Amino acid sequence: MMDSSTAARAQSAPQARQQSREEHSLREDQPVTAEAPERSGSPRISVTVGETRKNRSLNVKAAVDNLSFYYGQHRALKNLTIPIADKQVTALIGPSGCGKSTFLRCFNRMHDLQPDTRYEGSITLHPDNLNLVGAHVDPIEVRMRIGMVFQKPNPFPKSVFENVAYGLRLRGVRNRATLAEEVEKALRGAALWDEVKDRLQDSALALSGGQMQRLCIARALATTPEILLFDEPTSALDPIATAKIEELISTLRDQVTVLIVTHNMQQAARVSDYTAFMYLGELIEFDEAAKIFTNPGKKATEDYITGRYG
Amino acid sequence: MSTNPAVTPFLDPKRVREGLSKRKMLDEVFVVVGLLVMLICLTVLAVLFIDLVRDGSERFTWDFFTNFASRHAERAGILAAWVGTTLIMIVTAVAAVPVGVAAAIYLEEYAPKNWFTAIIEINVTNLAGVPSIVYGLLALGLFVYQFDLGQSIVAAGLTLALLILPIVIVATREAIRSVPNAIREAAYGLGATRWEVTKDHVLPYSTGGILTGMILGLSRAIGETAPIITIGALSFIAFLPQSPFTSEFPFISFGWLNDPFTAMPIQMFNWVSRPDPAFQANAAAAGAILLGMTLLMNAVAIWIRYRYRKRINW
Repeated sequence: MMDSSTAARAQSAPQARQQSREEHSLREDQPVTAEAPERSGSPRISVTVGETRKNRSLNVKAAVDNLSFYYGQHRALKNLTIPIADKQVTALIGPSGCGKSTFLRCFNRMHDLQPDTRYEGSITLHPDNLNLVGAHVDPIEVRMRIGMVFQKPNPFPKSVFENVAYGLRLRGVRNRATLAEEVEKALRGAALWDEVKDRLQDSALALSGGQMQRLCIARALATTPEILLFDEPTSALDPIATAKIEELISTLRDQVTVLIVTHNMQQAARVSDYTAFMYLGELIEFDEAAKIFTNPGKKATEDYITGRYG
Repeated sequence: MSTNPAVTPFLDPKRVREGLSKRKMLDEVFVVVGLLVMLICLTVLAVLFIDLVRDGSERFTWDFFTNFASRHAERAGILAAWVGTTLIMIVTAVAAVPVGVAAAIYLEEYAPKNWFTAIIEINVTNLAGVPSIVYGLLALGLFVYQFDLGQSIVAAGLTLALLILPIVIVATREAIRSVPNAIREAAYGLGATRWEVTKDHVLPYSTGGILTGMILGLSRAIGETAPIITIGALSFIAFLPQSPFTSEFPFISFGWLNDPFTAMPIQMFNWVSRPDPAFQANAAAAGAILLGMTLLMNAVAIWIRYRYRKRINW
């Protein structure tokens, strides 16, 4: 699914690289460390990208810098600093209530729908340096660039076709042929086309749970988001449907940056390139998934992934 | 497995069985009581309806529907009344539904939760309990005199619209609230604005509930007598309002809005108060027809709800 917006991103990539070299060093030719500025209490992160499994240049798609989030007086996220690598899968793990979903929802400003919420710090989206949580940045613009797949499949009670086409309709696409073409592309991208190509006009609510969730992925893909957020996408699905979604996420990394929250450690280990372990609203450890799951640097991470709590 | 000696006797199988049959008996007692109460209500309604039909049986003829009121009971009909009621209902629906639905959307989707909206919400609920004669007095002062609408169909329709506004608002809010939040999040997540979420998702998915509320409101309005007597409905009328359709361009006319009117309950009230027993039969027949209209509207509401439930099953 190489389209105009991906092409545009590819074009401005050198410039973006320049910027990200200054701000972060999640780059192959500069092997070590993306470090948070010295702050008492804020965790340091160091990433070894020189030994990354994939031999290709890594840009930072989004740089989370010192992000805090408040529900009223309650501080749910504390000074998070994480680089999100472009075209890679980054997983957020941690026990219930650690703030991983809260963190994910900062990326598309879902919290703005609730009263009395507040962000501090920044999430800088590259290449154009847009601060996703900036007070003057329109949350709707953010959501038009960053897609989301939710915990429970939530297709609209409309036809399969209309579900996928809705995002494009919002963006003003009216041409029927274009819509049909893009819907097919998105459904193929979500590995659902063969199952639904003969029932595009049927209600989406007639699909199975796993198909509904892939439909929701297609719905998000149709708008070619720059980052795709997954909030525990398989927690309501059976093992076979889960396997299909995981396989799909693995293939998606070729076209989109993926950020996934999961409570399933095996899933994080299977699908992610980078993993962040969070606890009580703080980032405990961030590293390559292979490192987190085989040789974690922090005792708390080790305790969690070996099942001592959570 | 409890080892607490205070609990142990309660776990004895014999005792469990005895306790169970007692609990199940209570269950059945409730079913019987519930059924009895429901039957009493239904029987009263059925007896009333049958009584009206029997008393008015000789009046159920075509002429009864096509004749104007008359001094002779056997020649009197309900033409002006049912036409008046129909036109008033149209005005009521056109006025109450957009305003009520818009108010409900605002309260559910847009309004911030603060003391001001809390006061509005409490007042909307309270308005549903205001006696209808009070609405009649308000309308007499406001619509008839202040706005100079006179004793017309539009004044009556607006009066009844005020009366059912709280019903429409409450029903619509209920319907809007039944749309799962996950659906709103899905649409917001794709970059929809609040209005796009409302018009593309919330409203279409709650149409069943909204229509049901509208019809229930109208079926309340159709039988209301006090407010339209207050604003001055005529009880003896021998002409129809102007036709809403004309033979010349633009083919529709709104002249009927300003015409005087009568309505089914008024006609019925008028006949009941006559000494001549022959008119009692007319009143009974009109009552049965009015009741039938109400039941029909409720049946339509039930059918709509059923159809939408089948289509959208969360």
